[in-house]
Amino acid sequence: MYQYSEQDHQLLLERVEQFRGQVQRRLKGQLSEDEFKQQRLRNGLYLQLHAYMLRVAIPYGLLSAEQMRTLAHIARKYDKGYGHFSTRQNIQYNWPQLEDVPDILDDLAAVEMHAIQTSGNCIRNTTSDPLAGVARDELEDPRPYCELIRQWSTFHPEFNFLPRKFKIAVSGAVHDRAAVAVHDIGLRLVSNAEDETGFEIYVGGGLGRTPMIGKLIRDFLPKEDMLTYLEAILRVYNQLGRRDNLYKARIKILVHETGEDKFRELVEEEWQKIKATGLYLREQDIDRIKTFFIDPEYDDLPDSDLEFENQLLGNPEFARWADKNLELHKQSGYRVVYLSLKSAHQPPGDVTADQMDAIADLADKYSLSQIRTTHRQNLVLSDVKVKDLYGLWLELKDLDLATPNYNHMTDIISCPGLDFCALATARSIPISQEITNRFDDYDFVNDLGDLSINISGCINACGHHHVANIGILGVNKKGTEVYQLTLGGSAREDASIGKIIGPAFEADQIVDAVSDVLTVYLDKREDPEEAFLTTYRRIGQGPFKEKLYG
Amino acid sequence: MGNYIKDRKLAEDEWMPFTGLEDSDSLPTGDIYVPLEEWVSARDMLLGRNSRLGVSLKNTDDVSLIKDDLERLDLVVLEFPKMADGRAFTQARLLRDRYGFKGEIRATGDVLHDQLFYMQRCGFNAFELRSGEDLTGSLKAFTEMTVTYQPATDEEFPIWRRDT
Repeated sequence: MYQYSEQDHQLLLERVEQFRGQVQRRLKGQLSEDEFKQQRLRNGLYLQLHAYMLRVAIPYGLLSAEQMRTLAHIARKYDKGYGHFSTRQNIQYNWPQLEDVPDILDDLAAVEMHAIQTSGNCIRNTTSDPLAGVARDELEDPRPYCELIRQWSTFHPEFNFLPRKFKIAVSGAVHDRAAVAVHDIGLRLVSNAEDETGFEIYVGGGLGRTPMIGKLIRDFLPKEDMLTYLEAILRVYNQLGRRDNLYKARIKILVHETGEDKFRELVEEEWQKIKATGLYLREQDIDRIKTFFIDPEYDDLPDSDLEFENQLLGNPEFARWADKNLELHKQSGYRVVYLSLKSAHQPPGDVTADQMDAIADLADKYSLSQIRTTHRQNLVLSDVKVKDLYGLWLELKDLDLATPNYNHMTDIISCPGLDFCALATARSIPISQEITNRFDDYDFVNDLGDLSINISGCINACGHHHVANIGILGVNKKGTEVYQLTLGGSAREDASIGKIIGPAFEADQIVDAVSDVLTVYLDKREDPEEAFLTTYRRIGQGPFKEKLYG
Repeated sequence: MGNYIKDRKLAEDEWMPFTGLEDSDSLPTGDIYVPLEEWVSARDMLLGRNSRLGVSLKNTDDVSLIKDDLERLDLVVLEFPKMADGRAFTQARLLRDRYGFKGEIRATGDVLHDQLFYMQRCGFNAFELRSGEDLTGSLKAFTEMTVTYQPATDEEFPIWRRDT
């Protein structure tokens, strides 16, 4: 992974000192809460319902075991013993004291971490494929490009006061595991007819109140032009993005109102003027960053292992987990392992300090001392030898991190909702837990196959309900929390926005409604191989409406 | 008085804003700056004077409208109506990087300590701070961060190209 230079370290230390000064000015009353807000919001510190919330950046979702231990230490020392992994591959702490925050940032800086640009109207942490570098369907590792974007966007002087927040995602594989279509800018590595790699550039995707799928504004951008092109997009957005209405300020609205073709023209015109500047990436600039992400020395192993096969046959519980939570690895004899943060006992994405320490130890023992975070709020150990899987599973089971549900219905994305969030209008965690508890039968969940359920506690859609196969949106209607159901969304390469099926359900009816939707699917699917989304796209809303409201 | 920083020092503001131009007799003496509309409508009259001239732009104005005039101007005033409104950052970069303006670029409006670092990187060299800002404390803003990653008006190359 990327190793900090002396200058990277220095930048963090200077930033911590600067923030320490701002906190002191606030504590002494020299800054009002309102004035301090402008400063803390540039450093990931929000004021929530009960306390401050600190969001720590995990660049493109990649963590070392040492960094994970620091995250555990922070959870233990400054919080209530846990942290929450978010849909942006970051981690959030819900209970820090303001006066402790500079010390937390010091601890983070010691392991090359920070909270820079995890909030505010600036370019946020760049997200990526959690299988980057190990996926079998990968064209090229996206992480060197993510790192270049990280450096380019960090304290970018021109783009730190944008109309609204700005999120960039990069994917390098055939299958999109980074949800590039629902980001302000999504980059997908592709190859052209000459077999060169470059980017497809999508602009103006996003969720929130006005969900939109990103528009393809360039079908092939040479890699060398990546940063000049991003700079051109951001410059057009900074000048023309709306600032009169908070809810119309994202770039998706600009692209929509300007029109895709006109927007493309504006970007290309600006880009022509800056494409030959110092931001142009020479081959050696890209190659230098790539040296941080070269493959580790993998052992030369056969892909099958007799002992593993026997363990599968001998232990049905292990076999279930292996069937659900493993992914093939590009290297023979290795597997990618998903650590499910979706057990029935913890809110989605929550991890205790003890679990974090244990995960760090497991990463050291089994997976080259690295951990990845995913936008579906799970963790990944990316380089586990097949012969180690059984031992790893036993330890994960003890830690309650082996629920066999990856990409299945109980692998629920949920925002913190009204239990924590100052913006929320309804609770979301209790609904996700009710679903998880109701549908705890492995065979049933397994039979449903590939299925996503996402829950948001307000229309800002942090729980990504728009892009779930089954989305649940909590809203407040005359003082009562009610839940709308959307069907047919996807965040993958076939991205689509789900459609509201009808009137909302009361809190005590919403899980029954989900159950009804599943019944219709099971009844209508052509065969057990037909996934929920395929069935839905084939038969439309009608049969679901009839069952729910008929 | 006393809210003006130029070239990283507290300074005396020698410029006077001027609007309401009717004829050449109504023009004051001394260094003045006028809004873009007046510059466009009375360019020749203004150029007939014997002192320095500046133009103030709204942050929605297209800076290319004055690109051919920049040699005759000594000051361009850009505005930050709210701290969060960062359009003038781009205007400043275009003035310096694209149109080669060498005179004073001044930030006015909601200008606070914490933006100064970014402003100077985009080509601003003068600042009218919002009233109540601690001027001496604000001077630290120029030096409290020393590492920069990306090119801007002050750096032609990104950090990865500076020592190779």
